[in-house]
Amino acid sequence: MLKRFTLKALVLLFISSFVFLNANDTIKIGAIVAATGPASFLGDPELKTLQHYVAKINKNGGVNGQMIELVHYDTGGSPKKAVTFVKRLINQDKVVAIIGPSTSGETMAIMKFVKKAKIPMISMAGAVAIINPVKKYVFKIVATDRMACQRIMQDLKKRNLTNLALISGSGGFGKSMRKQCKEVAPDYGIKIVADETYGKKDSDMTTQLLKIKNNKKVQVVLNPGFGQGPAIVTKNYAQLKIKHPFYQSHGVASKKFIEIAGHASEGVRLVAPPVVVADKLANSVANKKIALAYKNEYEKAFNSQVASFGGHAYDSLYIITEAIKRAGSTNPSKIRDEIEKTQGFEGVDGIVNLSATDHLGLNTKTGMVLLEIKNGDWTIVK
Amino acid sequence: MIELFGYLLSGVTVGFIYTLVGLGFTVIYNSSGIINFSQGEFVMAGGMSTVFLLHAGLPLGISFVLSIMITSMIGIVLYKLISFSKDSSPISLIILTLGFAIFLRGLAQVIFDKQLHTMPSFVGEGAFEIFDTTLSYQALLIMIVASAIVVALYVFFKKTKTGQAMVAASNNVDAAKLMGINIQKILILNFAISAVIASIGGILLTPMTSTNYEVGIMLGLKGFCAAIIGGLGNPFGAVAGGLVLGILESLVAGYISSEYKDAVAFIVLLLILFFMPGGIFGNLKSQRV
Amino acid sequence: MRYNINSQILLLSAILVILPFTFANDFYFEIAILSMLNALICIGLNLLMGYAGQVSLGHGAFAGLGAYIAVIFSSRYGLNPLLSIFIAIIIMGLLAFVISKPILKLKGHYLAMATLGIGIIISIVLEVEEDFTGGTDGMSVDSFVVFGYEFSDSISWYILCSFLLVFTIWMFENLIKSPFGRLLRSIHDSEKAADSVGIDVSYYKSIVFVISVVIATVAGSLYAFFSGFISPQEASFSHSIELVVMVVLGGLGRVYGAIFGAVVLTVLPQLLTSFDDYETLIFGSIIIAVMIFMPKGIASLFDGFFKKKEQNSASSN
Repeated sequence: MLKRFTLKALVLLFISSFVFLNANDTIKIGAIVAATGPASFLGDPELKTLQHYVAKINKNGGVNGQMIELVHYDTGGSPKKAVTFVKRLINQDKVVAIIGPSTSGETMAIMKFVKKAKIPMISMAGAVAIINPVKKYVFKIVATDRMACQRIMQDLKKRNLTNLALISGSGGFGKSMRKQCKEVAPDYGIKIVADETYGKKDSDMTTQLLKIKNNKKVQVVLNPGFGQGPAIVTKNYAQLKIKHPFYQSHGVASKKFIEIAGHASEGVRLVAPPVVVADKLANSVANKKIALAYKNEYEKAFNSQVASFGGHAYDSLYIITEAIKRAGSTNPSKIRDEIEKTQGFEGVDGIVNLSATDHLGLNTKTGMVLLEIKNGDWTIVK
Repeated sequence: MIELFGYLLSGVTVGFIYTLVGLGFTVIYNSSGIINFSQGEFVMAGGMSTVFLLHAGLPLGISFVLSIMITSMIGIVLYKLISFSKDSSPISLIILTLGFAIFLRGLAQVIFDKQLHTMPSFVGEGAFEIFDTTLSYQALLIMIVASAIVVALYVFFKKTKTGQAMVAASNNVDAAKLMGINIQKILILNFAISAVIASIGGILLTPMTSTNYEVGIMLGLKGFCAAIIGGLGNPFGAVAGGLVLGILESLVAGYISSEYKDAVAFIVLLLILFFMPGGIFGNLKSQRV
Repeated sequence: MRYNINSQILLLSAILVILPFTFANDFYFEIAILSMLNALICIGLNLLMGYAGQVSLGHGAFAGLGAYIAVIFSSRYGLNPLLSIFIAIIIMGLLAFVISKPILKLKGHYLAMATLGIGIIISIVLEVEEDFTGGTDGMSVDSFVVFGYEFSDSISWYILCSFLLVFTIWMFENLIKSPFGRLLRSIHDSEKAADSVGIDVSYYKSIVFVISVVIATVAGSLYAFFSGFISPQEASFSHSIELVVMVVLGGLGRVYGAIFGAVVLTVLPQLLTSFDDYETLIFGSIIIAVMIFMPKGIASLFDGFFKKKEQNSASSN
């Protein structure tokens, strides 16, 4: 009997052993990032940015006299883990606001939990469904997939490439952007003549590309997706010596993409937030100063090239801290209200103007640039 | 019709990798009756080690050799762990090798990192253009090296004294012991060989599909399917199984549905297990009562 | 004999009642509920692996598929959640029976691989058939309403799961002591011998398989309703492996071992989040350590104690 009880007591001990003392005088901001797994080139710069700038804010006295504590969890890109972690952030860590998740799939999965808990969340993902229709507690300061489609199709029309083949990732953003592109294509006179998909963790997309290559109607190919998948698609694309022009989304706006895809990335066009080419932007671009400052600071601190995703993290963090300052309180509902009132915020992604009907705050003009990869580097396409 | 050739080529290329993984399973199984669920992680270790050694500045050749050696040592460590374990029932060993796989994945995350990595192709980025499809130089290299390894293994096991001793030992452990053959050494050698084969596969594959700490999972499982499809005890089985699997996957992805590609390996596995458990080259060791 | 069963169950019940008072916040409930649901699946799996001697590396998939069926009928087609779970039980039970016939003819490694194969095929289907399942990103699950009562807070779930757990253990213990249980043990010890005395071995193995799948379906469905979310991850190979490790860690063939294993392995990842980078490494090391040094599971540490109890009760018979 005693031994059996000891067994159970051990179990009790186990469970209760993760009670730790919460420091009451810090402001806890939660972060859900996909620092590992197929979306790691999104989550990794996001996490680095958050950690760096939270430290910087604290060094400069914190917010309203209090230090910020960043409570972050790595989901590996899994919506299931995002659900577990958001509940942990809400109930155990008692955060006042949440930054992230990194991907659209994860964001869609956790939205109802932040709503129930009445805690504001600024997602770093791309799907337009996140902010359309507007949800009270959900924001995102990232150009949408719809915007990406529009910008790309604008270019396709200009180059007279009307027969488009899609090869999309099957997770959240890829799926969502594929839907958006199919919707906006007619507006630009574009026809979708092939529609292939691949899985999140697939390591070879040759078969799907072969189908596209053998389809005589195709004039141009677009790859909605993010992270690892597009890099492999691009490699396969070059291996198969497919001649058509190739477009990517802002899901690959990181040097990591060029690194993995190697020579295959030459000539690929993509849309991206302006920060990746901050140094090459015209001075007239409104947020050039901030974007450039961020780029330089990130590259110096981490000895690696800036990625647009980190910029989303920067904007989210500062919008929250500014909102906390204005609210003069750490009440999540008040913070949410102030976030919604953000106007003229100079972010890395552009000038942000939020409102009750607009939880995106960016417009196509400032949110996106069209790039082409030349000699392993980004060049701006006019 | 043209695309059929393209599918076949890409199927054969990846099929050779499955062959290498399957061969690794077969070597360990033949010598010890153990199914090594961490075989895929040996493949990952080969690829990842090479990438990181390259980044550290070592030349390609040395990186190869070093990472092959590292992986073979991992294989030996696994053998030692198995021999320490007090319980050798199938379920315990399955869990032990699964645990080892998880351990290796965790180790890779810590020692390397969690990002995706790649290497430039070893023979340049070019490709042959055949019948409106392409065969990259790297793919051809994979086919040549994998075939060479199969031949080398065959020669080793059939023609060399050590190899023959190993085969004898696995067929009848007691007789082998009586003949003075050191079973321990043989098992160690088998595990090491299996790890070497796997790591070479991992190295060859990386320039084509990149690598990260998780690549071992599916590769290991599919390689295992390949071994069973061909016939678990039989090295030619692994070769046949790997190629059949690679080609089938490619054909299904091309003509039926690319989304179900990964399911092919397991559907064929089930069919074989139900109808032809010995595999194509049937070598089912009888189940004793 | 009765006395024996009840005292252990009483102790467990007492612990379940006291435990919530040590919880600092709602998240603890979450973990406790998840542990109990995993424990349920493990009890079923333990019956299959420990008592009937059949390995399954695909139980996560059965739990996941059963859960999806229940969720689709309730969230998509609007059926009552309880009815949906019932439908899921029927479907999964039939499926399990049909699969069991060919699969259970296989032995050892081959059986393990077959269950693994089926599990992976199921998880792929769940991912691909987006129109039904929402695909890789999963789908949202509506709340669990039974006879007009909505299970919206953690406490009601905790109570529900506690009852289920205690009930299942009680059923299990009775099953083991019954003629059916003895039959199972004889099959586990030697199938050939059992067969030679006229026992329809394959029938009994199938029954056990079906029972374990049905329990997994119920637990999986409840988890989906509790969590408010379901994704193909539930049916993944790694989840199946986690379940097997839970059972073996606790001790094959010991029901309290299965519970212990479930609790430890559910709580552990939460404890390790601060060692984010090292989580997988630690998990793997623990598995290796237990398999090498305590292959009969942690509950085997309390072995000598159990034997005494059994001798006492055997002699009192």
